[in-house]
Amino acid sequence: MLVAGRRGSLLLALAALLVAALPLFASNYHLQLASTALVAAMFALSLQLVVGGAGMVSLGHAAFFGIGAYAIHLLPAGISIALTLPAAMALAAIAALAVGALSLRTRGFFFLMTTLAFGQMLFFVFHDTPLGGGKDGVFITRPALELFGLAWEIPRRQRAAAMLWINLGLLAAMYVGLALLMRTLFGRALLGIRGNEDRMRALGYDTRTVKLAAFVLAGALAGVAGHCQAMTEAFVTPEMLAWHHGAEALLMILLGGLGALHGPILGAFAYVGLGEASTLITERQRLVEGLVILAVVLALPRGLAGIGRGWRR
Amino acid sequence: MTALAAEGLTRRFGGLTAVDSVSLTLSVGELHAVIGPNGAGKSTLVNLLAGELRPSAGRILLGGEDVTTWPTWRRARRGIGRSFQRTNLLRDMSAHENARLAAQAAAFGPGRWLRDAGRDAASLAEAARVLERVGLLGRADAVAGTLSHGELRLLEIAMALANRPAVLLLDEPLAGMGPEESEPVGALLRDLARDHALLLIEHDMDVVFAVADRVTVMVDGRVLEHGVPTAIRASAAVRDAYLGHGA
Repeated sequence: MLVAGRRGSLLLALAALLVAALPLFASNYHLQLASTALVAAMFALSLQLVVGGAGMVSLGHAAFFGIGAYAIHLLPAGISIALTLPAAMALAAIAALAVGALSLRTRGFFFLMTTLAFGQMLFFVFHDTPLGGGKDGVFITRPALELFGLAWEIPRRQRAAAMLWINLGLLAAMYVGLALLMRTLFGRALLGIRGNEDRMRALGYDTRTVKLAAFVLAGALAGVAGHCQAMTEAFVTPEMLAWHHGAEALLMILLGGLGALHGPILGAFAYVGLGEASTLITERQRLVEGLVILAVVLALPRGLAGIGRGWRR
Repeated sequence: MTALAAEGLTRRFGGLTAVDSVSLTLSVGELHAVIGPNGAGKSTLVNLLAGELRPSAGRILLGGEDVTTWPTWRRARRGIGRSFQRTNLLRDMSAHENARLAAQAAAFGPGRWLRDAGRDAASLAEAARVLERVGLLGRADAVAGTLSHGELRLLEIAMALANRPAVLLLDEPLAGMGPEESEPVGALLRDLARDHALLLIEHDMDVVFAVADRVTVMVDGRVLEHGVPTAIRASAAVRDAYLGHGA
């Protein structure tokens, strides 16, 4: 999996600055839309570690996103984000550890189906038991923005901007962290497993442990994304855990580029932007989305991240 | 010194017995060739020794320790390097990265996961060493997929050499090579046998008789004959079962 070089990183940093400056000129509606895209980017980026990093396609990734979101609902209302965010990560990681330990006994298509089954089981836990607070979802109290006793009180009018900055900061941290991770011995081993797992085993790698570690980390990061969505919208719903939510993230990865770490970020923004643009022109937005995605995938096999790279070779 | 021993190794696939109570020992400093017609069970034997397959019966001892139930990766770490009959490596990566990944496997545990791969002196040095030993150092930066067939076979051997395993299992390292390519590889195998216990599966009889210290002839999963090359060449049974076919 390719990590953006110097020029690509510069472009990403400029794009981040642009998003950070949105509150200066954009409406609250568009700030919320940008937050939606940032959260989607975090979610797709976390899944990219599993899909693009280790070559495992999971359809149960939304379960960890949803658990991260429900962590806020399960914890006492209004406590600090310094508690809710680590708790969301930890709960999602524990769930990913359990699901991963069992489903990583399989590979390929069977891994896909096993993760789908576990994901749906977790979906129904929140959909059909009192734990989740109902199948229609529940409103939650946002965690307090409080760190080491320093509280950040936000007037209602500026909330959208504050959420945007938090989401942007977390996405940036996640991206930089994963970019660094891909340069480590662990990252290289992961790419080796993606390329040829049997060979890696013959070389002496306990590939299942490496894959499980990646799966758990991806789950924890999906938990961060879920936490951020719940915090931004002050609302959680079992739909966050549903398999089609995870499939949407796979679509974003495909759109943005399977082979690049920044692919899911491009894909998430393109996907959210596309959804918004198509509602402006038609009521059948799914149809437009589908056709555009199909065209992009056919025309750009390496996704949006592949633009400009394909011609140089 | 016996590095690897197989005792009564048997593997059945349904009604077919691919390997039938094969016993053999590999010692450091010795090149042990296994020959036999197609379907004799040679590759199955390598897969049993490497851990790719579990035996239906029999034991495998690595350095005196019973490793029969160990998975591949654990045996590899304990000192088995192998190459595959069909070139099997990471084609998108450079030759150097292939060798480096092989080298990195040695002490790869959670405590080392977060080291910067570009600065991991141990695996970088080991990768350079094994590439040099097979004569591929000049091609280190080439993407594996762009190497010639002969170079790929050498890279396979280089990867098997990483971290100085006591045992080398080389499954037809010369497959598909022309005579001018295979001659230097024969010399390389001879050289490797000095500090490894080397098991060589090979079809080319000229190479086998030129480099092997001992030869095991397999037919239909069984050991037909076992001995030094001159004795094998002279054996009437071997000639009937195997050598006669090609002549």
